[in-house]
Amino acid sequence: MSYAAHFRVWRGDAGGGELQDFSVEVNEGEVVLDIIHRLQATQAGDLAVRWNCKAGKCGSCSAEINGRPRLLCMTRMSTFTEADTITVTPLRAFPVIRDLVTDVSFNYVKAREIPAFAPPKGVAAGDYRMEQIDVERSQEFRKCIECFLCQNVCHVVRDHEDNKDSFAGPRYLMRIAELDMHPLDEMDRTKQAQDEHGLGYCNITKCCTEVCPEHIKITDNALIPMKERVVDRKFDPLVWLGSRIRRRENV
Amino acid sequence: MTDLTMHRHEYDVVVIGAGGAGLRAAIEARELGMRTAIISKSLFGKAHTVMAEGGIAASMGNANPRDNWQVHFRDTMRGGKFLNNPRMAELHAKEAPDRVWELETYGALFDRTKEGKISQRNFGGHEYPRLAHVGDRTGLELIRTLQQKIVSMQQEDQRDHGDYEAMIRVFAECAITDLLLDGPRIAGAFGYFRETGDFVLFEAPAVVLATGGIGKSFKVTSNSWEYTGDGHALAMRAGASLLNMEFVQFHPTGMVWPPSVKGILVTESVRGDGGVLRNSEGKRFMFDYIPDVFKKQYAETEDEGDRWYTDPENNKRPPELLPRDEVARAINSEVKADRGSPHGGVFLDVSTRLPAEEIKRRLPSMWHQFKELADVDITKEPMEVGPTCHYVMGGVEVDPDTAAASVPGLFAAGEVAGGMHGSNRLGGNSLSDLLVFGRRAGLGAAQYVDSLSRQRPAVRESDLDDVMGFALQPFETDVGENPYEIHQELQQAMQDLVGIIRRPEEIEDALARLEKFRERATKVKVEGRRQFNPGWHLALDLRNMVIVSECVAKSALERQESRGGHTRDDYPAMDAVWRQVNLICSHPAGSVEVEVKQQPVPAIRVDLIALFDRGELAKYLTDEEMAGLPEGDLTT
Amino acid sequence: MSSTPPLRGDSAPTLPSVDASAPQRAGTDFPGRARIGERTLRTDRWWLQPLVTVTVLGIFILYTGVRIFMRDYYWVEEYSYLTPLFSPCLSDSCAPGSSHLGTPLPELPFFIPLPFLIFPILAGFRATCYYYRKAYYRSFWLSPPACAVAEPHTRYSGETRFPLLVQNAHRYFFFAASLLLLINTYDAILAFFPDTGFGIGLGSLILVANVALLWGYSLSCHSCRHITGGRLKHFSKHPLRYKAWTIISKLNARHMQFAWISLVSVMVTDLYILAVSAGWISDLRIVG
Repeated sequence: MSYAAHFRVWRGDAGGGELQDFSVEVNEGEVVLDIIHRLQATQAGDLAVRWNCKAGKCGSCSAEINGRPRLLCMTRMSTFTEADTITVTPLRAFPVIRDLVTDVSFNYVKAREIPAFAPPKGVAAGDYRMEQIDVERSQEFRKCIECFLCQNVCHVVRDHEDNKDSFAGPRYLMRIAELDMHPLDEMDRTKQAQDEHGLGYCNITKCCTEVCPEHIKITDNALIPMKERVVDRKFDPLVWLGSRIRRRENV
Repeated sequence: MTDLTMHRHEYDVVVIGAGGAGLRAAIEARELGMRTAIISKSLFGKAHTVMAEGGIAASMGNANPRDNWQVHFRDTMRGGKFLNNPRMAELHAKEAPDRVWELETYGALFDRTKEGKISQRNFGGHEYPRLAHVGDRTGLELIRTLQQKIVSMQQEDQRDHGDYEAMIRVFAECAITDLLLDGPRIAGAFGYFRETGDFVLFEAPAVVLATGGIGKSFKVTSNSWEYTGDGHALAMRAGASLLNMEFVQFHPTGMVWPPSVKGILVTESVRGDGGVLRNSEGKRFMFDYIPDVFKKQYAETEDEGDRWYTDPENNKRPPELLPRDEVARAINSEVKADRGSPHGGVFLDVSTRLPAEEIKRRLPSMWHQFKELADVDITKEPMEVGPTCHYVMGGVEVDPDTAAASVPGLFAAGEVAGGMHGSNRLGGNSLSDLLVFGRRAGLGAAQYVDSLSRQRPAVRESDLDDVMGFALQPFETDVGENPYEIHQELQQAMQDLVGIIRRPEEIEDALARLEKFRERATKVKVEGRRQFNPGWHLALDLRNMVIVSECVAKSALERQESRGGHTRDDYPAMDAVWRQVNLICSHPAGSVEVEVKQQPVPAIRVDLIALFDRGELAKYLTDEEMAGLPEGDLTT
Repeated sequence: MSSTPPLRGDSAPTLPSVDASAPQRAGTDFPGRARIGERTLRTDRWWLQPLVTVTVLGIFILYTGVRIFMRDYYWVEEYSYLTPLFSPCLSDSCAPGSSHLGTPLPELPFFIPLPFLIFPILAGFRATCYYYRKAYYRSFWLSPPACAVAEPHTRYSGETRFPLLVQNAHRYFFFAASLLLLINTYDAILAFFPDTGFGIGLGSLILVANVALLWGYSLSCHSCRHITGGRLKHFSKHPLRYKAWTIISKLNARHMQFAWISLVSVMVTDLYILAVSAGWISDLRIVG
C-alpha cells in the first residue's frame, strides 16, 4: 500500500533557493498536501506552506506541482506513478516569502480597486427581489475560492511584471462581470473594465479557466461576455469612427 | 533569535478572528465610528466560515409563512436540550432575518424562490424550511459578502480620508498570543506576524474574540488548523471564564475514506434533500433511534418519511433529520454493532433518491468533493460517512445583549462564545449566530469604548517582556520535543478518551495525560527562524489546545448525565436536575490547572416558556420547576 | 516605536514598484519571485497542442491560399455544386451558371481572386473568433505557448492597441458571415435541384453536412451568444431571448469542436467539388 516517493520541493526565500530532494512515505488515498505535512512532521519542521481547510474550499494551498498551478489538497497522489518525481514549487507570478508561501498581496490590492456593489437606491433590506435565472450567472462567479491560481497562471502578469499596475487579472475582471450581471447593481462597469482594469490585455488564451479548481468558466462566461459588453459601449465601429473624426478636427 | 523588533498599533477596537463573527463585529464597530483592526491567522477571506455548507437559519417565512421567531426559538431550545441561554436564543431567533436581509444589501446572492425572495431549505431540527442558502456553499457566500462589504467601507474611507485603511484595517496572517490588561481591564493584544515572525502590539481598550472553535484538539475533525481554541485560551488567561465546555458536537456525517480526508464534512443538506442513512444490511436504521422527546415530530415509517419531502404539511419528517447529536450517536452504535460500512462508517445514499442532474444542481460541492477526493460518484453510489468533531457549543461566558465577557473590554462572538446553543447546536444556527452576535459584539465594544470618558487603559511595558519571553520559549531549548508529535498524541487522547461516548475512568486518564502534555508543551523545540515557521506556530497553538482540552475533560467528568454533545456511558439519560447547572471553567491566576465550578442556568422568562406546552416541558424540567409554572394553558 | 522599516506583514498591501528604465528580466525570473530558472517545470507534452494547431491551421491557410487564386473547378454545372469558398460568385469572370445572385462585378484581372469580396469575410470571421484567437495566440505567437510556460516576449500589451483592437469587430464579421451562410444554405438546397431535375448525390449530402456544421460554428459564436441574450441584465424580463441564450450557450460550450470540424469540412467540401469538377472522380449519385 505505502511506498517511498521522490519529491523535489523548492526551499528558499526572496534571496534565493533551490529544489531539495526528499524521499517520503506515501499511503493510499493521500494528496500532495498530506505528503508536505509528512515532510514537516518528520524531515523539515520549518517547511513553510499555507493551508487551511484541506478540502478544496478555502483556496489557501495554491502551489505548482510539476509546473502546473494546483491546489495541494486537491491533487491526489494516485494521479502519479510510484516512479514519478514530484516537483513542488511556490507560485511563480508572485514574490516568494519562504518555501511554498508567496506574497499574494497583489490580489488584495486589485480587489480594493474594483468599485463595490452599488445597491439599488430606495430599496430597503428585505425588499430585494431577484429571479433565480437572473442571479445564476453571477452565482457561478461567486463560487470563486480566491486561490489566485488564475492570477498566477495568467501570462499577462506572470510573464510581464510591468503589467501588474494596469491589469486586474482574471479573478477581478470576473468580479467586475459578476457585478455587471448582478440584477440589482446600479453601476455601469463596462468602461472601467476596459480603461482602468485592463480587460484589453486579456487575449483569451484560457489558462485561467484551465487551472480553476472550482471549474468556473472564467473566459467563456465572464471575460468574453465582458469584452462583448465593452464592444457595445466602446467599439461599435461607427461610433468609434465618429469619435476619431471629431478628435482629428480638434487637433 | 534576539531580534525583538515590535510593531505597535493603536485602535479603538481590535477584532481577533476574520470569520463571519469577526467581520460582522468589525463592520458594526467601524459603522459606529471606531477605528477597527481585524486580525486574521490566515489570509483575509480564508476563515473556517467558508466550510459551512447548508445555510443560514432565519425565520423569514419565505418557504412557509407560518414560520416566525417563536418557532425558531422553540427549535433552538429543543435542539440544545433546554440548556441554552434563553435570552441569547431569543435574540438570535428575533434578529436573524434582519441580518440575512442585510447581507443582500452588501451584495450577497442567495438562491431564490419563485417570487424572487430568498429560498429556504429544510434542515435537521428545524420545523419549517428555514435555511437561506447558495447551493451548498453558503459559508463561502457569507465570508465573501462580508469581506467585500469591508472592502467597500475601505473604498469610502479612501474617498473621505485618502487612505483605504484610515478606519478599518485587516492584519492578515497575524496570530495573537496574549491579551494585555491594565488592572482588570483590557489594554491590548500581543502577537506575531506569521510571515515575518515579527512581534506586534495592538493597544486597544476593546478586544472582540471571534476565533472559532477547538476542533484541532481531536483527531477526526472537520475543522482546519486554525481551530486551536486560541480565543478560549486567551480569554481564560485574561481572567474570563468558559461555559459548558463538555459540549462538543460531533457532526454525524464526515468522510471516513480515504484516510487523508477523514473527518471532512458531508453537509446535512444531503439528508435535507432526500439522502438516507443505511447500515451494512441495507436498513434505514434511524427509525430505531428516535428518542422519546422527539417521538411526536418524526415519522415512524419509511413511507411517511418519504412523503414528507413533497408534502411536509401532512407528514412527519424522516428521522435522518433528527438533531446532530442523535444521529451521530446512532451511527456510532451501528458501527459498534458491526453493521458499519467497510471503512468504519455507515452508508449515506442520495443516488437512489434523486436524479443525477438534480444531485449535481443541489449539491455541487459535495459531488465535486467526493469525485475528486474519494473517487466516488455520489450520483451513482452511496457515500461512506461517520461522525467528525465539528463544533464546540461551550465557550466564553458572555452577556447576551452586549457579548461582553466578565473582563471589562473583552467581548466574544460566534463559536468562541458559549451559551447560545445549549448542549447541541442545530445546523444552520451557526451562521446566523455569527451575524447576530458578531453585530452585537461590535456594538457592545463600541459602546464600551464610548463609555471610557477619561483615561484609556494602558499597556504596562513590563508585561511585554513577559509575553515576548513566553512566545520565544520554543526557540530557547536545545533539547526538546517535536511539537507535531505532542499534537498527534493530544488529538488521539481526546478522540479516544473524551470523544462521543465518555467513561469516567477514561476521562481521568485523559486528564492525567493532559497534565503531561502541558508540561511537555513548555519544552518543545523548534528548528529554523521565526519567519513563516509552522513548527513554531504549532508550538504556540499547542499551549492553547492543552488548556482548552483540560476544560473539556474536566467539565465532561463533572457533568453526570447525557445531554446533547455530551454522552456519559455511566449516566446515559438526561437528568432534569443537571439542566439547571452550567459548568464554568476558569484559570485562576497563579494556578497551573484549570478549575470547574457549578453555576445555575439563567431562568427562562415566562413569556418564552409559554411557547412550549406542559407535556414537552415535563421532559426537560424538574417536578419542582414544573410546579412553579403559572397556572392554566401555557401556550396562549 | 520600532525603528526598522516596516516589513511586509506589517505594511499595507502595495504593489512593488517597477522601474521601467531598468532592464527587464523576462517572465517568472523577476526579482523577488522564487528563483527557479526553468521556463517551465511541466513534465507533460505541453508542446503537442500548439504543434497540432500550427499544422492544421497551416494546411488550411496554404490550401485556401492556393485555392482562391485558382479560377477553375469550383462549380459542377451538371449537379449545381458550388464550393462554399466561392459562393456567391459575383463577377463576369464566374463560370456560367455559378452566379445565381447575378454578376454585379465586371471581369476581374487574373491577380484578383474571384472570391475577393467574400473570402475576407470568411477569413475575418475566423480570425477574430474568440476560439481561434486563443488557438493562434498560443500556437503562432507563443503568447503563451501553453499554460505556465513562459512566453518569449519581453513586452506584452494584448488586445489593448491597434491592430489587435480590430478583434472587437468580431460581431460584424459574424453578421456578414451569417449572410454568406444563408447563401451557402441556398447553394446546398440548389444542389438537390440541378437542371436535370431532383437528385441526390454524395456531393449534395456533403454540402448539406458542411452547411450544418457551419451553422453550428456560427450560432455557437460568442458574439452570437452575447447578441441573443448575453447582453441582458434581466433574463426574467425576456423569456424568449433567455430560452435562445440557453440553447446557444449549450452550443457555445462546443464552439472549439465546431471551429475545427467546420474548418475541415469546408476543405473537404471544396476538395470534393474540385475533384468532381476536374473529372478526377465522378459524383456518387444516389438519386437521379
